[in-house]
Amino acid sequence: MRYLPLAEADRREMLRTVGANSVDDLFVDVPEAARLSGKIEGLADHASELSVERQLGTLARRNMVAGEVPFFIGCGAYKHHIPASVDHLIQRGEFLTSYTPYQPEIAQGTLQALFEFQTQVARLYGCDVANASMYDGSTACWEAISMARRVTRRGKAMVSAGLHPHYVSVAKTMAKFTGDTLDIALPQLTDGAPGDDMERLLGGIDRETSAVVVQYPNILGHITDLSELAARAHAAGALLIAVVTEPVALGLVRSPGEMGADIVVGEGQAIGVGLNFGGPYVGLFACKEKFVRQMPGRLCGETVDAEGKRGFVLTLSTREQHIRREKATSNICTNSGLCALAFSVHMTLLGEKGLRQLAELNHAKAILAAERLAQVPGVELVSGAFFNEFTLRLPKEARPVVRAMAERGVLGGVSLGRLFPGAEALQNGLVIVVTETVTDQDVEALAGALEEALA
Amino acid sequence: MNVNPSGWRPDMGASEGGGETETFTGNRALMLEESLIFELGDTGTTGVDLEPKPSAATRLGGLERNRPIGLAGLTEPQTVRHYTRLSRQNYAIDLGLFPLGSCTMKHNPRLNEKVARMPGFADIHPLQPTDTVQGALALIEMLGEWLIKLTGMHSVAMSPKAGAHGELCGLLAIRAALEARGDAREVVLVPESAHGTNPATAAFVGYRVENIPANERGRVDLDALKSRLGPDVAAVMITNPNTCGLFEPDMAAISEAVHAAGGLVYCDGANFNAIVGRVRPGDLGIDAMHINLHKTFSTPHGGGGPGSGPVVFSEALTPFAPLPFVERQGDQFTLVEEESAGEHHGQSFGRMTAFHGQMGMFTRAMAYILSHGADGLRQVSEDAVLNANYILRSLEDVLDAPFGASGPCMHEALFSDKGFRDGLGTLDLAKGLIDEGFHPMTMYFPLVVHGAMLIEPTETESKAALDQFIGALRSVAERAKAGDQSLKAAPVHAPRRRLDETLAARKPVLVYKEPEQAEAAE
Repeated sequence: MRYLPLAEADRREMLRTVGANSVDDLFVDVPEAARLSGKIEGLADHASELSVERQLGTLARRNMVAGEVPFFIGCGAYKHHIPASVDHLIQRGEFLTSYTPYQPEIAQGTLQALFEFQTQVARLYGCDVANASMYDGSTACWEAISMARRVTRRGKAMVSAGLHPHYVSVAKTMAKFTGDTLDIALPQLTDGAPGDDMERLLGGIDRETSAVVVQYPNILGHITDLSELAARAHAAGALLIAVVTEPVALGLVRSPGEMGADIVVGEGQAIGVGLNFGGPYVGLFACKEKFVRQMPGRLCGETVDAEGKRGFVLTLSTREQHIRREKATSNICTNSGLCALAFSVHMTLLGEKGLRQLAELNHAKAILAAERLAQVPGVELVSGAFFNEFTLRLPKEARPVVRAMAERGVLGGVSLGRLFPGAEALQNGLVIVVTETVTDQDVEALAGALEEALA
Repeated sequence: MNVNPSGWRPDMGASEGGGETETFTGNRALMLEESLIFELGDTGTTGVDLEPKPSAATRLGGLERNRPIGLAGLTEPQTVRHYTRLSRQNYAIDLGLFPLGSCTMKHNPRLNEKVARMPGFADIHPLQPTDTVQGALALIEMLGEWLIKLTGMHSVAMSPKAGAHGELCGLLAIRAALEARGDAREVVLVPESAHGTNPATAAFVGYRVENIPANERGRVDLDALKSRLGPDVAAVMITNPNTCGLFEPDMAAISEAVHAAGGLVYCDGANFNAIVGRVRPGDLGIDAMHINLHKTFSTPHGGGGPGSGPVVFSEALTPFAPLPFVERQGDQFTLVEEESAGEHHGQSFGRMTAFHGQMGMFTRAMAYILSHGADGLRQVSEDAVLNANYILRSLEDVLDAPFGASGPCMHEALFSDKGFRDGLGTLDLAKGLIDEGFHPMTMYFPLVVHGAMLIEPTETESKAALDQFIGALRSVAERAKAGDQSLKAAPVHAPRRRLDETLAARKPVLVYKEPEQAEAAE
């Protein structure tokens, strides 16, 4: 067995040192009834590297690969080009095979990278501080709602209709058990303007509101000024939580922090992390400095060593489960360190200049694609202001159209029917994302496939 | 441009302890100091070349950025050098034995990395039509089947993102099951030796946490547990093997007692590596257990994640498992989500993450499992337990082993700081071990032992590596017992000396501020 270095002779010698006749003697505490005498039934024996690669390669080939077809799917996970050096660097064994940096003297590499990551995230989001990452955007979103409860000591969150429905589902799952109240609604396909949802949120804020939760750009791709919402929330003693699932947008549009958001969370996958069928991703979590002691998750901070040299450590751990146990701000332990590193490396390669160029390229391509698709007979562009993702209204239910396009080898967006099953008014909606990976030919292929599927 | 980012200047004199000649740069040959990206780069530099953007009138609704962000950029060669230099300040399994107890830092096979990067797994979107991702769904189902068989349980939830998220999954299912029978209970019992995530998770779900005492053999005190059970106890969370590295021989009796009192049993599977292939937790009557794919099944820990924490369930809890999950119908795989759950999975407690779980970890774990097979996995637990006992017996003459007399340990060996002299403690020994070229063991955990040192070597260490570690630890332990005060200064050979954690917590600096900004803030 190629991963097990002990030879039979080693095992015999070590058993002698231990004073055991056989390895079975080491399992004496396991009651006889619980011991398996032989191998577990129905499972294969060990296999060569070549054989494993073949078996799994067969499964991999049964999937339609985003990079090999015209691809327009977003809604919380985005395909961007990742520079080759990102994957090279995160595969260095000293990053890949290291542990959570509990021994800072021999983990300065991870710690400094996390400190840089926190700085990048805080600046991108327009916040004072950021943590060292969460599992993903959806869990970060719930943690933010939970944190707002601790800060305000209130339990009613007003949730925008534009929040990713899976994020809403996660929050609903948790709220059932924590007693939080979530005021939720479905988005509308009738108008690109955010009017109705904004009025609902503004009207719903009262003295029991812990937070207003709004996604930016939202699930339909729309962008809306959050300033008034922030002001009204603050006037009522509530917090504004902004959720960002496409961080590239912030290269071009104002950050939620600048517009007054107290906590900004989101999905960082779009920068540095591949699609991976949904995970692992990296949750981003930032807030105003005054709330830092209510934050969940790991925090890396600057300090000095015994010689006065600058160094970094995990800090404020009295918030955390391994110290505070049942009084911790969250139960999170392992987060998404290596994905945070990938995010940070990619962001370093981009820099502000590159991020802005990337965002401009996405935006311009998306506008041209939206205009082209709106020429397909029966198709209407619903979105007004948007970044790289927009919503079309089709003359019929979008879900079978998406499947029909997939059969023609085009992954043509996400139907709102898939995201909001049962919501009749949304069934004709189709959300399309256009990133720098999309070519003019891809857009023509989508327009053609859409026209055929609608015919 | 900061030439010497360490802060040391020639007029500060030579540093204490090291005694070596200071250099102009602050570097010491291959040990290279490295500035922050915000000190190295600027906002006008980029390491990417993009195609020119086509001409189009913007549609941003007046929300264009009107302020700089402050994101420093580097070109590719600078970026590669920055992170390569940083990487060299890290200890890693690739460099040596990583004996963190309860963390199972085993070798990360590179085949797994290769498989996870196959475009058919890495470059597919979670919202693609399910017809276009049949291979991915098949892999999730296949891994799930292995986990069910290895644990002897009834079903599996694959979506939890890490161990603590798995605990959350298990407790949500337990709470949903109890509420479904109209039996709201308030208390979760947790042994004092449990991981901090156990009580934190129970509290996160709204339970009150009470401790269960341990007996003098380091196991759950069965009589004390029984006397506490009653109509208010929702669940008991037990780690088995426990955090003292010992198997709970009364586990089946514990499960029986908890069930008889109307409660449910959660097993923390962090230490599954000790028993994989030899014991099926399902045979011990448990109702839910998470499996850390980043421990037992070797997915890399990556400096703090990503992990993956699938949860296996008993038949009683299966109806309450989370969405989404993969279902097999003949050759076809479907994804059961909110929409289709209604008909036959209406009692699910709901969704706990946006998508379907940590696919990138599933592929790695599957490659690991197929590589080992049923026979190899059994050898894994045997070698892991043998290695831990070898360490226990090779060091118990020099280090106090509080439960050493009660018999063999499982996958990890527990020692205390008893016998250390003149104010030296576990921390000093750990830092001394750093100078010897090893990552320290888990320190001060579990809480039930004074100055605890928990050592888990794993099965991927050779006898020679173990012997070298034992020799180093013996040497440092002898210094601690002799009261050698030089240990207080350790480490002296690491990239940094001991760091001031009190300062970091008292005056938190969590983000970089440019010198002018920092001054303005003073």
